[in-house]
Amino acid sequence: MSALMQEMSDRALRLGVPLSVQLDLTYRCNEQCVHCYLDHDDHGEMTTAEIKHLLKEMAEAGVFILTLSGGEIFMRKDFFEILEYARALTFCIRLKTNAVLIREAQAARLRDLGVESIQVSIYSHRPEVHDAITKVPGSLRRSVNAIRFLKSLGLKVVIANVLMTENMRDYQGVRALADELGAKYTLDPTITPMMDGGRSTLDLNAGESALRALFRDEFFVGNADEFCAPPPALSEDSMESLPCSAGHTACYVSPYGEFYPCVQFPLSCGNVRQQRFIDIWRDSVQLKEVRSIRLRDLSGCSQCAHGATCTRCPGLAFMEGNMRGPSTADCEKSYARTGIPSKNLLAKKEKSSPPRLVQIQLVPAITGSRLSGMGSSASAAGV
Amino acid sequence: MKKKLYVARSPRIAARMLGEEMLVMSGQGSTLFTLNPTATILWQAADGATPLDEIVERRICSEFEVKPEEALRDAEALAEDLAKHGILLISEEPIASHAVVQEQHRP
Repeated sequence: MSALMQEMSDRALRLGVPLSVQLDLTYRCNEQCVHCYLDHDDHGEMTTAEIKHLLKEMAEAGVFILTLSGGEIFMRKDFFEILEYARALTFCIRLKTNAVLIREAQAARLRDLGVESIQVSIYSHRPEVHDAITKVPGSLRRSVNAIRFLKSLGLKVVIANVLMTENMRDYQGVRALADELGAKYTLDPTITPMMDGGRSTLDLNAGESALRALFRDEFFVGNADEFCAPPPALSEDSMESLPCSAGHTACYVSPYGEFYPCVQFPLSCGNVRQQRFIDIWRDSVQLKEVRSIRLRDLSGCSQCAHGATCTRCPGLAFMEGNMRGPSTADCEKSYARTGIPSKNLLAKKEKSSPPRLVQIQLVPAITGSRLSGMGSSASAAGV
Repeated sequence: MKKKLYVARSPRIAARMLGEEMLVMSGQGSTLFTLNPTATILWQAADGATPLDEIVERRICSEFEVKPEEALRDAEALAEDLAKHGILLISEEPIASHAVVQEQHRP
């Protein structure tokens, strides 16, 4: 984040302004990615008129950065009508898409509408791997062609590469592809649970050895020795720090109008179909609770060695059952980075350890009577 | 006689009031700017139809203690600077309304 953007973000926090919103226009999708956390059926998306009304409310509330995502945004037939309306309200627009439906004409329209950036999901530089993840043959070719159209028109493209068991050896190839296409590159090593709480997708997480290799790659982390160094001790200042921007300067609205602190934090705070956006932002009891949490309030994390440097996601913690608790995916990252287990991982290990073997010493006075005949079997008894 | 200048808000930028300042993101290289109160007034009044000298007289001289000639000189320099960053369009003719973004909402 630039220094100016950080300053604006700090000011928005002081003023209570929702500087940044992600609005998912639909959960429908033309790909069926193995790691996706969404239910793709349409359970009653907001209409064009409802979305326009919401956009006007968001502009009035001071929202500046508007990320339009899904599902696949181009599955909505009114996508360009919505985008045009949003640009007339002078939002800074970022799009997240698989780009499969972007051809020359769509790319030209995105340029004419002054879209700030387009993030395209690419899982591998190899079609057999990417297409197996999306379950759509030919999807890599179409996404890459779309990136070429967008780049040829001078648009900013960011390739987003989610790392999982299926593609963990391919991120260097995707990075090279991004270079070749003139696109920026980001890598996300976290697979999240389903939004309905299902945890089946978590089996796809790349695992500790892949994370360790990633955290030694200086392309991502800069100086690897510094990045992987043991964390500094917690200071009084860090105890007062905020967990992240979710609910503080940022929030998320689903295609059904549900208002959450973040796309990864499915704590319903209200619905924009029933309440004004600004009323939910200002008055929601749930948001107030999220905003009240400081590092010192986090059970375990506030005494953890990684407290000061942890990337703990409050949404993932919420999905684990406690928004004031640890997010195990982030504990695992801290461990892969430094080799030092978090307080949470130590507690989990303790709980899951097999019973310790206890040597039972025979008491001579009773050996000859009550325990005779048991022989040495008593030495293997566990408690 | 000096020709009149017309200024219009560029349709390629994103903008929003944050407190007393205007946040502006230029499409050129995703660069973020903040406009001070004077530049914000100029930007908000830049409808493509009102000449710059009228904007200065009506919106700037009425708000700040400044001589009109001095204010116009400063406003022209500011408009050129903003135009260089793709934030404003400048022309010696009125600028068509479709090229102008609508005025900002204030939270």
